[in-house]
Amino acid sequence: MNSAMQTISVAGENALVVYFGDAPSDAVASAVASSAEKLRQALGDSLIDLVPSYASLLVIYDPFRTDHFAVRNAIRRALDNRHTVDPSQSSKGKLITLPVYYGTESGPDLQQLADNAGLSIDEVVTIHQQTDYRVYAIGFAPGFAYLGEVDPRIAAPRLATPRQKVPRGAVAIADRQTAVYPAQSPGGWNLIGLCPERMFDPAAEPSMPVQVGDRVRFKAIDRDTFVAMGGVL
Amino acid sequence: MSSQLTASSGLQVINPGIFSLIQDAGRFGLHGIGLTNGGPLDSNAFRWANRLCANPQGCAAVEVTIGGLVLEATVDTTIAVTGASAPLTINGHACELWRSYSIQTGARIELGFATSGSRIYLAVAGGFHIEPRFNSVSTVPRESLGGLHGDGSPLQAGDMLPCESQRSTTPLSLAADLRPDYSTNRALLRVILGYQQALFSDLQKQLFFTSDYQVTDRSDRMGYRLKGTAIAPSADGILSEGICLGAIQVPADGQPIVLLNDRQTIGGYPKLGSVLSLDIAKLAQLLPGATVNFEAISIEQAHNALMLDQQYFERCTPEEILTND
Repeated sequence: MNSAMQTISVAGENALVVYFGDAPSDAVASAVASSAEKLRQALGDSLIDLVPSYASLLVIYDPFRTDHFAVRNAIRRALDNRHTVDPSQSSKGKLITLPVYYGTESGPDLQQLADNAGLSIDEVVTIHQQTDYRVYAIGFAPGFAYLGEVDPRIAAPRLATPRQKVPRGAVAIADRQTAVYPAQSPGGWNLIGLCPERMFDPAAEPSMPVQVGDRVRFKAIDRDTFVAMGGVL
Repeated sequence: MSSQLTASSGLQVINPGIFSLIQDAGRFGLHGIGLTNGGPLDSNAFRWANRLCANPQGCAAVEVTIGGLVLEATVDTTIAVTGASAPLTINGHACELWRSYSIQTGARIELGFATSGSRIYLAVAGGFHIEPRFNSVSTVPRESLGGLHGDGSPLQAGDMLPCESQRSTTPLSLAADLRPDYSTNRALLRVILGYQQALFSDLQKQLFFTSDYQVTDRSDRMGYRLKGTAIAPSADGILSEGICLGAIQVPADGQPIVLLNDRQTIGGYPKLGSVLSLDIAKLAQLLPGATVNFEAISIEQAHNALMLDQQYFERCTPEEILTND
């Protein structure tokens, strides 16, 4: 990353936002993730929260311990590549493999998505597994991870009418993003399968298997394996 | 502190009222997994409720929207009610807000409906003892998280809010001239310009800062939707990014939304800046139809305002009420 592409803006009384570019990419995602880690260490107790996203990092600080001048300096130092010991180490994130039971039984929109794409169901399922996705952002609901980018051949617009109930574990596509619904909720994404692993479990530590900057690979499992892993249809 | 705590003693909910939530200072440091802050909308009234009970800041209290809460004590303790003006009785006797009362087992606390303002806080000596979820007991219904049962549900009849039994203490009162006045039903909100402010032309900003906006009925703990002069950013959407407290989001219809404690943690609408937290306490007391205006301040002015407010709170000592009543 060239630091000239990065800008720091005021967000609020105790928040600054750092922009790393104007489009999501692997390089930008790496820069966001590694900067977040460095800032977490640099700001220590002065940090209230960090919100990494597609191409930005919101830094919320304690105004009674520091101020925007000090936080700007900390951000500039964190962005300065000269102080990075090993950029490749921290920025790739860990790789998580999530099992998915793909099919028309578990993915009510799979047939329609395949038809619109001019592909067979098997082709859609294969293509969905061929990409190692980046976790670009987490939000919308606890544990909802936006993964990108989906191969343009299987990208699909959101449903015209969102569903009232999308089940927990639903694997879905919207435009060039994919996600696993962490809990039952309303939703307008195209459902193509079900993942038996929980993306958000308040009782678990950590409560999410991924964080922003990590990578996710999907691996097809059959119905029996899905059920054996605790999946519910 | 002499205290006694059993799961079955505290304040029993006879009637939860319109909408009552357990809140502490909020849930912080967890935006990374998509958790919002929660916490009291009127942080000023909330902190005074705890202060009047001689509690440390941030103890769990009840945020009552509009009113209607009825509780019955199964312990001897001290309570204080602050925030929106509403009739308060203890055992049928009219009581004041912004002061503490020692109550005995069997006492019935009844809160009527707000006559000005909309958020009322009821704190108890030592705070309510509830198991935290993600380091906080704040109730966020949208996330099914926090509160008495941990599942984000508002208070229900029959709930027992656990608290310590405490000896009677000298009541404390906040001097009348220091209490906020919610009766104007109007607020001037200070704004720190930021985020995508460059997407709003000077003319659009001028319109925003000189127009009246009305609070609409589509306002809740996530955000207050306002109605007034439409302002148009030069882009409809941005890449989703982190949203801080008070952020002013402007969707395609040009009607601003001020995002509050239960806001989504990321979003893709252009934002003009953020409302000062001290003024969010005022905004969240307003009812639909109320008027708000905006005033731009610098981040340095915002910082100073926060420091001054902290000094004010530390130096304002509640008065001890020595007469028996």
